[in-house]
Amino acid sequence: MEQLLLLITCLGLIILTFVSLYRAVVGPSPADRVVAINVIGTKTVIVLILIGYIFQETPFYVDVALVYTLISFLLTIGVARYLERGTIT
Amino acid sequence: MTYFLASVFLLSGLFFFLAGTVGLIRFPDVLTRMHATTKCDTLGAGLVLVGLLFYPGNTYLRLKLVLVIAFLWLTNPTAAHYMARAVYRTTEGEQDASID
Repeated sequence: MEQLLLLITCLGLIILTFVSLYRAVVGPSPADRVVAINVIGTKTVIVLILIGYIFQETPFYVDVALVYTLISFLLTIGVARYLERGTIT
Repeated sequence: MTYFLASVFLLSGLFFFLAGTVGLIRFPDVLTRMHATTKCDTLGAGLVLVGLLFYPGNTYLRLKLVLVIAFLWLTNPTAAHYMARAVYRTTEGEQDASID
């Protein structure tokens, strides 16, 4: 019963990830795509943690999610800096 | 009782993710889309992870979950602020034209 709730949340988040991929593909400006990719990164973190809880014998997915949070943050900061100044350095 | 609390937190977090995705698809401007997605990033992710804290697991796993919540709440508003500042500075002259 508890596993069913985790499965429902995980499947809902995966469907919402594909829905927000629409904005990343179609989005008129680069800022739209970056915002959509940021949301997809957050949803990926949550889905990774949920997978680690569904398969109980592999708890290292939480560590992967911890690193992925910081990498997604770096991506958004880099692209925003590039949009603002025209260069990353 | 624990299961009831966990289901309330998980499903409300899923609802906030749904609301943020609808805002991302439907809103007409970059800044309004960012306004919708920032809420789903912080509040939805925080609610889902707090709901996962009610599940069985050892102390280190829960500590890592709290660390993920702290990182998400620290990094997502910062990234959204930086992104909004970049959008505002690069499209400064057309702010009134983009609102219709």
